Amino acid sequence: MGDTSRLCSVWLGSETGILKGVSLSRKQAFNFCNTSHLSRDQEVRALCWGDPAESELLVGSVDGTVKTFSTEKGSFTETRRCGDPADGCFTGLAVLRGSALVSCVECGTLRVWKEDSSEPVTELSAGKNVCRMRQSPVHPHKVATGGKENGLKIWDLESPEKPVFTAKNLRDDWLDLRRPHWVRDMAFIPGTDKVVTCTGYHQVHVFDPSSPQRRPVLEVEYGEYPLTALSLTASGDTVVVGNTHGQIALLDLRKGLVRGCLKGLVGGVRGLQCHPSQPVVASCGLDRFLRIHSLEDRKLQHKVYLKSRLNCLLFSSRDLEEPAGEGGAQEVKEEEEGDEVWDSMERVEEKPKRKTTEEEEELQKKKSKKKKKN
Amino acid sequence: SSEEQEEKMEKSEQAAAAFPPSFSVSEIKNKQRRHLMFMKFKQEKRKQKLQLKKKKKKEREALGDKAPPKEVPKTIENQRVYDETTVNPEDEEVAFDEGTDEFCSYFNGLTNPKVLITTSDRPRGRTVRFCEQLATVIPNAYVYYRRGLALKRVVPQCIARNFTYVMVVNEDRKVPNGLVLCHLPDGPTAHFKVSSVRLRKEMKRRGKEPTEHSPEVILNNFSTRLGHSIGRLFAALFPQDPQFVGRQVATFHNQRDFIFFRFHRYIFKNEKKVGIQELGPRFTLKLRSLQKGTFDSKFGEYEWVLKVSLSAVTVFFKMQEELCCLI
Repeated sequence: MGDTSRLCSVWLGSETGILKGVSLSRKQAFNFCNTSHLSRDQEVRALCWGDPAESELLVGSVDGTVKTFSTEKGSFTETRRCGDPADGCFTGLAVLRGSALVSCVECGTLRVWKEDSSEPVTELSAGKNVCRMRQSPVHPHKVATGGKENGLKIWDLESPEKPVFTAKNLRDDWLDLRRPHWVRDMAFIPGTDKVVTCTGYHQVHVFDPSSPQRRPVLEVEYGEYPLTALSLTASGDTVVVGNTHGQIALLDLRKGLVRGCLKGLVGGVRGLQCHPSQPVVASCGLDRFLRIHSLEDRKLQHKVYLKSRLNCLLFSSRDLEEPAGEGGAQEVKEEEEGDEVWDSMERVEEKPKRKTTEEEEELQKKKSKKKKKN
Repeated sequence: SSEEQEEKMEKSEQAAAAFPPSFSVSEIKNKQRRHLMFMKFKQEKRKQKLQLKKKKKKEREALGDKAPPKEVPKTIENQRVYDETTVNPEDEEVAFDEGTDEFCSYFNGLTNPKVLITTSDRPRGRTVRFCEQLATVIPNAYVYYRRGLALKRVVPQCIARNFTYVMVVNEDRKVPNGLVLCHLPDGPTAHFKVSSVRLRKEMKRRGKEPTEHSPEVILNNFSTRLGHSIGRLFAALFPQDPQFVGRQVATFHNQRDFIFFRFHRYIFKNEKKVGIQELGPRFTLKLRSLQKGTFDSKFGEYEWVLKVSLSAVTVFFKMQEELCCLI
């Protein structure tokens, strides 16, 4: 079990409660399940890495439990109760240094849990109907929340009474009617303080907390359907958004133009993530497929059928195509296997390795056959 | 000017007589002559084709057993790429997914279907008759007049009155052309395009009116994961215990993404021979979108959406790869 989990470079959570790991170099998908029988309240809603070394995954389910999955061992190591199912599903999970866990549920309660106690250390209410909570990669104690009729709020967990930044709704439209507001997903732009959000009214907004303007600095509209997922590329100036019809687009944040669309996805997009170092983006959704597109030429690189509807996904920072051959023994084995493959192939030049006489005869025969053909 | 005309005629005659290499039939300006030349050209081609065929046949006979095998012509069905979402009956994960989805309560015998049939606003005679006939086919179905009510408001009222399905027949130009099938407590909504509707009086050699017995249901060719979902959607429309006394059967046959609905009455003459009488309406459906959750076309999440492409070439290839989604 441990060796299969070490191979996986993409992790996905499904509606049936199964954690799926996909190894792209081997083109295989593996299922990891906590219990021997599946049940719908184990549906995975949030995934995040448990530690910066990416050896542990935290899986948040609908029934309010957060399970820790170890990629080294390939099994679930512990389970924690982090809230009631009555509060709603997890909308975000994050890890603070010192093994503290931050969880946010749909009713808006954001809690910080320490490992030993079953009561939260800090608790704050981020409004009602929170759709997503994300942690800033630069400042781990800063989190952003947003939801339906609940604008973007950036909280500092060390001073949880008031949000550091509350976004203002857009100006009233030309009929002087209040604009509806529905933040579905957000991301912190690396290098600056800015936050990018995507809304259910097919808009993408960029907010800048350092500027005195609380309204969005940049507004981009894409499509006609709610945007459900968002991910920033490693360079920070392009954002990938997906909507409920399965249309995924690359938007440029400098001017606010659509760079291009990624084709292939048929169902609503539930999870999108760009790889931290390579220019690829993974998307998963209700059509039960994991698709990996390259960002430069927008072509589909990999498509994997995973039999349940997928809710969230995580990339590991490892190189995607790299075969996970770790440990000296395994490397030697690979070399030996490689030698056999090379030996059985026809050689044109002098062979550098020693061989048995039979193999030499075979090779000589092949050479003579080749000469005859030529 | 007459001299110029003569020169032109000479040139054209020379051109016609000499057949220079850049000559093509379309350059002749005279329609009758052009037509004649084209007919001649086609006859030549046909002759050559026949000669080639004869030659090949002779060669094949001459070779006898050693002849190369006959080539199979390419058809759309042949060129289809195997769909990896085809459901394997032993797959546990898919079985669990289906066993706990929105329809599991019917297949476990816990609930009985109750269907509300309505139309778009102000329907014309054909659609009204279609709805009435549908109500005779589906047991426990009620037809209501849509008084211009919004579907989103109809849905919670139906849930309160314990309906399990809402079927909305959309009408365009006095003919039914769309169907929205919404499963009620919180189930998926399927939107179909309806074509070639034949009402009962247009059917040839039909039997008498269908009786109140629950029909059996036949679902053909719903083999991919999406096909399974749609198949279950149809199966949950009818009660799970068919009354074989009634000898009625409703068939949903899926072929190349078109679902054909037929309603028959059968009788076994002896063990091997069956006689069937077609009763009831017949129509074809094509899935346009499958949305998770009750009807919400603006903000709902779609599980599958039909992508309409404008060029014929892409449609052809899509049909080979992606569009044949249900089989």
